[in-house]
Amino acid sequence: MERHLLSIDDLSVDDITTLFATAAEMHDVQRREVKKLPALRGRTVINLFFEDSTRTRSSFEIAGKWLSADTINITGKGSSTSKGESLRDTVLTIASMGVDALVMRHHASGAAHQVAQWIDAAVINAGDGTHEHPTQALLDAYTLTRRLGSLEGRHVVIVGDLTHSRVFRSNIGCLTRLGARVTVVAPPTLMPSGVAAWSAADGFATSYDLDEVLPTADAVMMLRVQRERMSGGFFPSPREYAVGYGLTRDRLATLGPDVPICHPGPMNRGLEIAADAADAAQSAILEQVSAGVAIRMSVLYHLLAGEAS
Amino acid sequence: MTDVTLLRAARPLGGLPADLLLADGVIAEVGAAGTVDAPDGARVVDAEGLVALPGLVDLHTHLREPGREDAETVLSGSRAAALGGFAAVLAMANTSPVTDTAEAAERVHDLGRAAGLVDVVAVGAVTKGLAGEELAELGLMARSRAGVRVFSDDGRCVADARVMRRALEYVKAFGGVISQHAQEPSLAGPSSCCHEGELSGRLGLPGWPGVAEEVIVARDVMLARHTGSRVHVAHVSTAGSVEVVRWAKAQGIAVTAEVTPHHLLLTTDLLAGYDPTFKVNPPLRPSEDVETLRAALADGTIDAVATDHAPHARHDKEHAFVDAAFGMLGLETALPVVATVMVGTGLLDWAGVARVMSTSPARIAGLDDHGRDLVVGAPATVTLVDPDASVVVDRDASASLSRNNPWHGRTLTGAVRATFLRGRATVLDGALAG
Repeated sequence: MERHLLSIDDLSVDDITTLFATAAEMHDVQRREVKKLPALRGRTVINLFFEDSTRTRSSFEIAGKWLSADTINITGKGSSTSKGESLRDTVLTIASMGVDALVMRHHASGAAHQVAQWIDAAVINAGDGTHEHPTQALLDAYTLTRRLGSLEGRHVVIVGDLTHSRVFRSNIGCLTRLGARVTVVAPPTLMPSGVAAWSAADGFATSYDLDEVLPTADAVMMLRVQRERMSGGFFPSPREYAVGYGLTRDRLATLGPDVPICHPGPMNRGLEIAADAADAAQSAILEQVSAGVAIRMSVLYHLLAGEAS
Repeated sequence: MTDVTLLRAARPLGGLPADLLLADGVIAEVGAAGTVDAPDGARVVDAEGLVALPGLVDLHTHLREPGREDAETVLSGSRAAALGGFAAVLAMANTSPVTDTAEAAERVHDLGRAAGLVDVVAVGAVTKGLAGEELAELGLMARSRAGVRVFSDDGRCVADARVMRRALEYVKAFGGVISQHAQEPSLAGPSSCCHEGELSGRLGLPGWPGVAEEVIVARDVMLARHTGSRVHVAHVSTAGSVEVVRWAKAQGIAVTAEVTPHHLLLTTDLLAGYDPTFKVNPPLRPSEDVETLRAALADGTIDAVATDHAPHARHDKEHAFVDAAFGMLGLETALPVVATVMVGTGLLDWAGVARVMSTSPARIAGLDDHGRDLVVGAPATVTLVDPDASVVVDRDASASLSRNNPWHGRTLTGAVRATFLRGRATVLDGALAG
């Protein structure tokens, strides 16, 4: 495994398999009364979040604490970056305090890649702009494998604001690597630029028509539509979006009962996903959250414990 | 003080070897190699094998003074320019304060004269404060000691069609030209930093589509036709813009265009590692655009090479990619890049290099003393180039105060050996003279 986790492309299929196996063990720990493992005792993990994220940050924080690492949260907002300090100066300052891993969320695509070139600590990308969110993709695929078994040949449909989605970008790499057949669905204005060449090169399909794609889906992943896109002219109205691309009650009825429904959260109920779909028996949304802790424990363990022993 | 120099056996425009005697600021004598005698006390430069070009002219330089003297000054930029073979540079107006008054233009002009290494020619802002709304005092800048003829809001597009129309009309009174930074802001905003295409999609970087440039170029050539005025397109970066310029020239519209050295060689895939060294505006484009730009420069659709030399302090580049400053250095590497991609490929001969790096830019900027043929009586403003020298670019071996050099580590063919400005040596043996 690479020293950092910046992109899903840093991981081979073997790496992913290893991470899933460890995550399964960690998942068992989650169900114990005493959840603490001593694996990362004495190691320091900093969650450096330049952008708000309650769920990802707390997921990493719990993962670090259950592995006995000293876990510290730093929010970039209101820190020296807003006073014009360069990103390099900010992270060198934090790294100089003595850090084993830096879990970083930043509003700018590529920020984690840049930081990894400046500091010695392991860097874990917890979301960089609209680029990648590799632990989200790992937890999504892990959740799906627990539901479906092997993803080889299974049809996964990803729907929503692809242009601005780091979840989509990491999932494409992860799911295709695990052999899934992926179709991404969005209105043309929310398709990433150059998607025709990209999908041809990486072997996934694209569609503007959700109803055409859903009948063959083995799993459905709905993406969040950011509030600012609603006024950005990407589509005429939330109502029109929901009719065209939402997982509505009617569309839920066309899905098989065993087709898992995923959403990275937070959800806009009534927009990209109807309440009936979010709360359906086949919904995997809360499983994703608990899988998130297990996956992040696994990632921290493999990036940090390996070098210690 | 008379500075007399005999250039022995230089090859004017790459032609047959000749001796050129530079005296009293002019070319005093030209003769076959070995036939011109050096007067007593004259400096004799063994120019055998070197190509002699009229001193280079850069239509597009950022010198950062006043305002960001930590990144570049008129003096440090003049040094870099002379080392790059330049005899004149047009200093863009987006300093702090902006060059939007006669006084500000004269200040830049005077700093250039004080440095004394190249003719620093002030570019005036089109609009006050580069805000795109009210015309700056174009006429007063034109009448000033700085004699401004080129006006540009570079860094920003004059996006309002009415303002652009008025600017084009107004500068007709004194033979001015508007150099447009073509970027329709509603299609490519301030955060747009990567050519819009497959790579920007994969990297999740805000796209800067070629069409944002092309719609402005198309609009502006129509405004130039309507007003009967002259428009110059700064740093053309796409094949679509080339098509529009070619069409406009065929209609007889007074449009000229420049291309940067980086858009002639570097491609968008360099952004894959998120290195802000390669962040520039307009962005690096795919290789198909690069090929078209080279061909357009060779066939004259694009008139000139201009560096868009854009020095930045290190800490302004060490941000996340979308937050880092736009721009890259170019003065010291422009000629080697053009030699490598245009001469080395057979697209241009040395006469062609003289055209795109001296004659045409001098004509566009209205600099009568620059870009002249190397004949008796012409100003002794000459650049000597070793066409065969192979140089590995080292960003630390630079006269610029900045280090945002995208060419670092690359091998380029062609090196400036000497530069003369009206007879005075500013560069000898590849180093600043005396």
